[in-house]
Amino acid sequence: MNGQIEPMIGRYVHVDIGGEMHRIYFEESGAGIPLVCLHTAGSDGRQWRHLLADAEFTKNFRIIAFDMPWHGKSNPPASWNGDEYQLTTARYTQTIRAFCKAVRLDRPVVMGCSIGGRIVLNLAIDHAAEFRALIGLEAADFQQSWYDTTWLNRPDVHGGEVCAALVSGLIAPQSPRVSRDETLWAYKQGGPGVFKGDLYFYRVDGDLRGKIERIDTGVCPLYLLTGEYDFSCTPEDTRRTAASIPGARVTVMEELGHFPMSENPEQFRRYIAPVLAGILEAQVLPKRVASA
Amino acid sequence: MGNPEKIVADEMIRTFSALPAWLEATPALISRGRFLDCDCRLGPIEQPFFVSIRGGRIVEFTAAPVLMRSWRFSYRATPSAWTEYWKPMPTPGWHDLLALTKRGEAVLEGDLHPFMAHLQYFKDLLALPRCHQSKVAA
Repeated sequence: MNGQIEPMIGRYVHVDIGGEMHRIYFEESGAGIPLVCLHTAGSDGRQWRHLLADAEFTKNFRIIAFDMPWHGKSNPPASWNGDEYQLTTARYTQTIRAFCKAVRLDRPVVMGCSIGGRIVLNLAIDHAAEFRALIGLEAADFQQSWYDTTWLNRPDVHGGEVCAALVSGLIAPQSPRVSRDETLWAYKQGGPGVFKGDLYFYRVDGDLRGKIERIDTGVCPLYLLTGEYDFSCTPEDTRRTAASIPGARVTVMEELGHFPMSENPEQFRRYIAPVLAGILEAQVLPKRVASA
Repeated sequence: MGNPEKIVADEMIRTFSALPAWLEATPALISRGRFLDCDCRLGPIEQPFFVSIRGGRIVEFTAAPVLMRSWRFSYRATPSAWTEYWKPMPTPGWHDLLALTKRGEAVLEGDLHPFMAHLQYFKDLLALPRCHQSKVAA
């Protein structure tokens, strides 16, 4: 509709990450339980725009999507001198916790996809008490590599084109063309070496095998949802991961790939709605019991 | 009754042989490959084709064997991989060229630069049978 304004509002917050101030862009919509959404490697918070605009979810959730430093509208920090960007497990964890603290969120739910799904597992391992629930999309403790990341950033190959072409195969063939193109557009727009630098965490530094057994879902519920067409983090990778975490709830999403929230928002909604309803119910029930 | 394997192989050869014409009917894909000049090897593992591409157009498409023909890169897959890849809605894990290499159903060899620099071109070129085959079937 001509003139329609979407409900999300975008702002910048200054966040102290490791002693340096970062200007972080975030969008938010709704009120209630804080729900922080983490984008995939090499992309940005726009992947969550359909969730942010969902009138049903935003009745009960304050949905927030922020761009990681180097991504989207969050610039690299002032101290960056052009050195190779490499995301580490420690840095990623520190960034999420610092953002939640800066925005003064009270025990948010965190939902992350791909590298965001992996780091959610690390939050569950080391910081579970800080969160009401954790949701990992396309998440596993480890997965087998399927290409050499040096192709992602070299002067004789267009970075945007090769990043988008590589991940295009991770989108389910049923996903609408317009959503597929929009998902890939973010990859075509990423900064040089940023996708590759994110994958340093995914491939090298963030191997969580042998650590996930420490996750206690009694402290913080953990939901894992993976698309059947994701051949990077396969449903088998997620199931294998969940097998080591008592209480982890696994859903395999049909007709979805590695980018469920952006490649086919309508199909993703069918799977995430019951998860959010369950989290909401768990928050409401104890209050009812207490007031009875 | 013919040999089922030979029937599949013959059908595969027929499909690959139609690629140059299907590409000519897809100007957007030719445009995507407008800077691509490359001699490569594409097709079934046992019977690949030598393909010469100039400016995004296939100018030569020759069945192997050809004596002492050079190629920069080669992408070959099993017959079952091509059959699955060409379905209008491929099965998960069989729907992308690199999904096929990951599962060991395809082999990527040689100097990969032209392949990686034009990755979407090659994915789309080799997926052309998806829409054309379904039209033929209909």
